[in-house]
Amino acid sequence: MSTLSVEEPEQAESRVHYLNVHYGVKSWLLTTDHKRIALLYLASITLFFLVGGSAAVLIRMNLLTPTGLLVEPATYNKLFSIHGIVMVFFFLIPSIPAVLGNFLVPLMIGARDLAFPKLNLLSWYVYIVGGLFTLYAVIAGGVDTGWTFYAPYSSTYSNTHVMAAALGVFITGFSSILTGLNFIVTIHKMRAPGMTWFRLPLFIWAMYATSVIFILGTPVIGITILLIALERAAHLGIFNPALGGDPLLFQHLFWFYSHPAVYIMILPAMGVESELITCFSKKRIFGYSFVAMSSLAIALLGFLVWAHHMFVAGVSMYAGMVFSILSYLVAVPSSVKVFNWTATLYKGSISYEAPMLYGMGFIGLFSMGGVTGMFLASLGMDVHVHDTYFVIAHFHYIMVGGAVMAYLGGIHFWWPKISGRMYPEGWARFSALIIFLGFNLTFFPQYILGYLGMPRRYPVYPPEFQVLNVMSTAGASILGVGYLIPLIYLIWSMRYGPVASSNPWGAKGLEWQAPSPPPTDNFEETPVVTAQAYDYPSREVEVA
Amino acid sequence: MKHHVIHPGTYFLVFFTLLILTGVTTVVGFYDLGRWNTVVALAIAVCKATLVVLFFMHLRYSSALPRLVMLGGLFWLALLIGLTLVDNLTRVWDSNPRGWETTSSSVQRP
Repeated sequence: MSTLSVEEPEQAESRVHYLNVHYGVKSWLLTTDHKRIALLYLASITLFFLVGGSAAVLIRMNLLTPTGLLVEPATYNKLFSIHGIVMVFFFLIPSIPAVLGNFLVPLMIGARDLAFPKLNLLSWYVYIVGGLFTLYAVIAGGVDTGWTFYAPYSSTYSNTHVMAAALGVFITGFSSILTGLNFIVTIHKMRAPGMTWFRLPLFIWAMYATSVIFILGTPVIGITILLIALERAAHLGIFNPALGGDPLLFQHLFWFYSHPAVYIMILPAMGVESELITCFSKKRIFGYSFVAMSSLAIALLGFLVWAHHMFVAGVSMYAGMVFSILSYLVAVPSSVKVFNWTATLYKGSISYEAPMLYGMGFIGLFSMGGVTGMFLASLGMDVHVHDTYFVIAHFHYIMVGGAVMAYLGGIHFWWPKISGRMYPEGWARFSALIIFLGFNLTFFPQYILGYLGMPRRYPVYPPEFQVLNVMSTAGASILGVGYLIPLIYLIWSMRYGPVASSNPWGAKGLEWQAPSPPPTDNFEETPVVTAQAYDYPSREVEVA
Repeated sequence: MKHHVIHPGTYFLVFFTLLILTGVTTVVGFYDLGRWNTVVALAIAVCKATLVVLFFMHLRYSSALPRLVMLGGLFWLALLIGLTLVDNLTRVWDSNPRGWETTSSSVQRP
């Protein structure tokens, strides 16, 4: 384990930084400091995570018995819908970009703030307004369309609060667009002297690729949701066959955004992963340019695969073949990353602090999610497991095993920078471990359940599936405890944690040159970059 | 950073051209052109959008990067429409699918 260098408490508390420069609610609600806005997002998405997580708890409790333990089928529909809507649109999509991205993009490129600070604050308010619409839908009685809002059910038949929930998603989309725009302009225009494109940290490349998806994909989901509203309110025939519409058109438009949305979740996670792996193996990344370019390749190829969600929905056989082949292609850049992270570890000085535990967990879980994705990309296999728990397990391995693990790894890694305090390392390692175990116990049985034929979104199941379902619920309980522990100790550490130095991990990167926590303007003097990213000394040099 | 200054007359000219094209769209709406209805309406809309992008959004006078962004947007729109058509143009559109009669008769038989 590396030794932590710790600043004298008096020294840190006498210094003016972004947390103590102003006090009071107003100073937070009207701030244009990217670091404070990141914390506003952190608090908000944590709240939404608790809402979505509560729905997940009720879903898993209900599935303890074959006949459904807790709720009516109609309520169950609302539970999985709200779980999906909240977790996808209000937690996962903004998680790494809006929290860590907002905090780190200017710091990592040596800028004082994002290019449009007011637009950045606006994006948070837009997110909150969208979130309030969705919370209203939950409180008013819920929505039962699933997070996919499939038409014509959502546009015609469902008599739940579809409009409020959909409007919430529509409004929040603008928040993503504003964030993406801000990041792209900032990365193009505000890099410090010497920070060339190929000296950028890989987290920045990942945020850039994510921003491209934000800007090019999000308008499409917005338009699609508006069309749902038009069909629902004005009975225009767009998706409903009874009115002359085409339900598959909805699925095409929806997945044109929502498949790339998966890459909005996983690309930033990959960016975090590159930072964790290099720092905790103290090595330059293996194949920097390949890892950087694979982010852009994923952003592009991610837009070409959407109809693999529709293989059994009635798309033509020809379209099925085209999208199947394209879906296999997107595995190539993802694999490049996984192999390069693994190669980076080779002969590295590896240490296993909590962020690295999350990082290692990410590689394994993401690989399992990715490989099972290949199963689903094949036309024949997909017919067998479509709409079963196999799919649920697959995308949770990506979204939770991948994105959430990296998010937690990133939060721990940059926590000293964000809060100026160290978290308790022992508790952090313990929770990383039980999250890994709890996650696998929750979702691995679901692969088997799906393969055996248990369909998703059903509140009841045949008795022979009970053992695996009980295992899954037990795992979810462990996972829930695993998530609560960091919530408690991170809040604790903000006041009682040991004061952190500017670079407790001995990491490379401009953000570690700024004090912890950084001042409002980040750097007292604009840094000049003279070296490549991850410029760790090689072991041979150290020995010599 | 240099900014190209556009004469106000250019803006007025573009604005009146847009108004005229809107009028043309309205007038054309009164005539049934059969299958050309959509084509003509979209063609006029594309002309108007092009004018807005070139002059009001200053793309005609901007550097390579904004132009690249614009082209990227058009390329992505082409992806959306093109790949959707991969399904739409090759889908079997059978208003009375074969096999339905046999299924219903087999249900009725007992």
